[in-house]
Amino acid sequence: MRPMKPRSPRPRKTLNLVVNLWAVASAAIGIMALFWITITVLIRGWQALNLDFFTRMPTPPGVEGGGLLTAMVGTLVLTLIATLAAVPLGLLGGIFLAEFGQESKVADNSRFAANVLMGMPSIIVGVFAYALLVLTLGNFSGYAGAFALFVIMLPIIIRTTEDMLRLVPNTLREAALALGFPRWKVTLFIVFRAARSGLLTGVLLAVARVSGETAPLLFTALNSPFHRFFSWNLGLNEPYPNLTVTIFDYAMSPYPDWQGKAWGASLVITVGILVLTIFARWLFRERKA
Amino acid sequence: MKPTLQVQVFEEGTGPLPEPASPLARVKPARSDEYFRWLTAGCALVLPLIMFAIGLALLYYSVPALRKFGVGFFFTEEWNPVTQEFGALSSIYGTLMSTLLAMLLAVPLSLAIAIFLVELAPPRLSRTVGTMIELLAAIPSIIYGMWGMFVFAPIMASTLQPWLTAYVGWIPGLGAFFQGPPMGLGMLTAGLILGFMVLPFTCAITRDVFQMVPPVVKESAYGLGATTWEVTCKVTLPYGLVGIIGAFFLGLGRALGETMAVTFVIGNAHKINLGLFYPGNSIASCMANEFAEATELIYISSLICLGLVLFVITYLVQVGSQMMLRRMYRAWSVGL
Amino acid sequence: MDRFGHPQEMTPYYELRPPVSKIVVRNLNFHYGNHQALFDNNLEIAANRVTAIIGPSGCGKSTHIRVYNRIYELYSDQRAEGEILLDGANILDPSYDLMELRRCCGMVFQRPVPFPLSIYDNVAFGLKQHYRLSRSEVADSVEEALRAAALWDEVKDHLHRPGTSLSGGQQQRLCIARAVVVKPEVILLDEPCSAIDPVSTLKIEELILALKDRYTIAIVTHNMAQAQRLADFTAYFYRGHILDFGSTKDIFTKYSLMDDVPRMEHLDEVLREKLDLPSSIAS
Repeated sequence: MRPMKPRSPRPRKTLNLVVNLWAVASAAIGIMALFWITITVLIRGWQALNLDFFTRMPTPPGVEGGGLLTAMVGTLVLTLIATLAAVPLGLLGGIFLAEFGQESKVADNSRFAANVLMGMPSIIVGVFAYALLVLTLGNFSGYAGAFALFVIMLPIIIRTTEDMLRLVPNTLREAALALGFPRWKVTLFIVFRAARSGLLTGVLLAVARVSGETAPLLFTALNSPFHRFFSWNLGLNEPYPNLTVTIFDYAMSPYPDWQGKAWGASLVITVGILVLTIFARWLFRERKA
Repeated sequence: MKPTLQVQVFEEGTGPLPEPASPLARVKPARSDEYFRWLTAGCALVLPLIMFAIGLALLYYSVPALRKFGVGFFFTEEWNPVTQEFGALSSIYGTLMSTLLAMLLAVPLSLAIAIFLVELAPPRLSRTVGTMIELLAAIPSIIYGMWGMFVFAPIMASTLQPWLTAYVGWIPGLGAFFQGPPMGLGMLTAGLILGFMVLPFTCAITRDVFQMVPPVVKESAYGLGATTWEVTCKVTLPYGLVGIIGAFFLGLGRALGETMAVTFVIGNAHKINLGLFYPGNSIASCMANEFAEATELIYISSLICLGLVLFVITYLVQVGSQMMLRRMYRAWSVGL
Repeated sequence: MDRFGHPQEMTPYYELRPPVSKIVVRNLNFHYGNHQALFDNNLEIAANRVTAIIGPSGCGKSTHIRVYNRIYELYSDQRAEGEILLDGANILDPSYDLMELRRCCGMVFQRPVPFPLSIYDNVAFGLKQHYRLSRSEVADSVEEALRAAALWDEVKDHLHRPGTSLSGGQQQRLCIARAVVVKPEVILLDEPCSAIDPVSTLKIEELILALKDRYTIAIVTHNMAQAQRLADFTAYFYRGHILDFGSTKDIFTKYSLMDDVPRMEHLDEVLREKLDLPSSIAS
């Protein structure tokens, strides 16, 4: 054997050091930028919040004071309607994918569509709701807004339901079937119960995702300083007040008071979503433990 | 009690024969399961139906614009609601350009953060920062847009843009990109904000892919005396390459259609400028700004046609990324 | 009193002859996708006796017993061919009422799988599925079943705790109570003691012997001593074939199962003879 010449480790070590420094530095930059955003929302939003913000109606343009009560209620109503429609449908659809369809053609198509819809820009969903409900009904309405949110929510719930049901071990299904239960009862009363915190997590994450959406509401629910929450249809047949489009309108306005309110609304919605998300994740972790 | 084995098994005494099936037992029609199956299948089919309906609705309402402007619609820069002349070129350009800029920012940064989180940071820090980044992915994009307009754009205008013009703007070729009025709003700002917006998203997936590499594989590389970088670029990256590309495709899909983060800062001008400081627009921002005010059929139709373009682009990107991710999982399930 | 009005002490006339076959298996073949797991199984499970199914692991013991209540149908790639007669009716016939079959053939699995419900509901849930009963009747039946499973004294004070809060052995007895409460005729035990501690195993063995009076029991086990303690009959499985079947004593002496680990070569030889194959053909 010829003697082998050892290679100096120095260039390798230097390269490694450089790369590590680059990684740490860019990690620091990225993380700092992200926290900068969060902290800005926190500080500027906090300055705008007061009791009026949560209890008063919006003021006309240029008039100071007032609050965003209607917008907050409106967002809650729209999200709630979308959730009420999407959850049962999504759970049942998820059952099909996890329990019955599995590798069938229907399930494959549904799964593919879910993935495409989850990656679909929300503004496209807005256009769809606009074409389907605004153009046909003739005006912007809360219905169209809630429908758009529903369409965004549905694939998320179906996919998380499927994933969560698949986490339930088959032995549980076997044990229940062996007692002579029909399949639907096994699914709804046994498998669902075993997966309940996971399912709740999925729903909560979908709610969190949807409640911050602006784009699909821009030309469906539009926005409105007025409200008719107390009529039989909650005023859904008209342009509907909501928090996110309010943020957009107020932030784009030339009035400092409105811009401040936009920051306040941003803080409210960010905190709401973060609380929901953290709660959902905690729930899921509890279950796993 | 212990049974004693006997010569003749049959002699062993036992109790009475079991009662026959109880008369109380109800005969359950197994048909209920069939109904349930159909019900759930119907619910699952809603998704392909919606996807199909979206494509169809967009196509249907695009027809007037396509009929009036023809294929030229996609290649005309002119967008004038007053004269009812519409062309999509500037919006398409803006969408692609802002996405490209965003990915130029997000790809290296999220790779760096993922390397930092998986290989370098102590586990506690890694877990905390990782969780925070995942949480940031939940923050609505309108917040990024507002931050961009109120906080980031002034800084762009006062320091970053003059600096770039002065030090990079003179380079032949590359300098052409760093031209324009330093007013903060414009294509570059939009791209950067967009990058920050997709960063938590791509970063979280990249980190997951990195973490999925079995420790044994990495340990054996470290065991040969490889450095962190060598392990990352020769073991981790090839191992998870398809997954990482899939992750970036998903991020790309998000950036392409992102509305609110862009609308605030892109400047909203239907003009194509090579200079990145000039205001521009994207498909999403154009729709967000003009949809609610559009009343004439041809205006609405043109906007919906823009939507159709976006639909097709994101659809293709989605299909691509799905294929990538599926290939990765298949490769892994075989046990690479 | 039994159903003919005889006092229990008197031996009914039908006890004087060999036991009736509760389940008759004829030419059962079973496939996992393209892989055949059972080959031409023929077996008779005697009523009111314990039949043990033994054999090396992977030989199709569990697969065989899982056909009796058609639980394999949960998986679309598994299929069974042949005949299984339960009281003379072929249960593999698609028109056979699956719910009733499964009520009739209770099953206890390898690992205890309590439902994510309270202890009480774990037992009551199946009962309410099959019988229309008043609340107090349900409570009585649950108590009876828990007593039959020798669990009542341990859980009577906290019936509303989740079933998962019990220990492994208790969970398995809960599963037996759950199977017993719907008044099955056959109880299928799929290695019921393989995942629990020796003390609980002993309790469950006592339980099985006590239940023998009322039910037909088939037990899959890899524990030879357990088979010998419990079973009247033993079926010896090997590579998906039933190598031999007979009274436990005969089988255990013939293959000297308690003395040494059976050698593969020997079993292969026996199997070849049984299948009438020339010894040159490799299995």
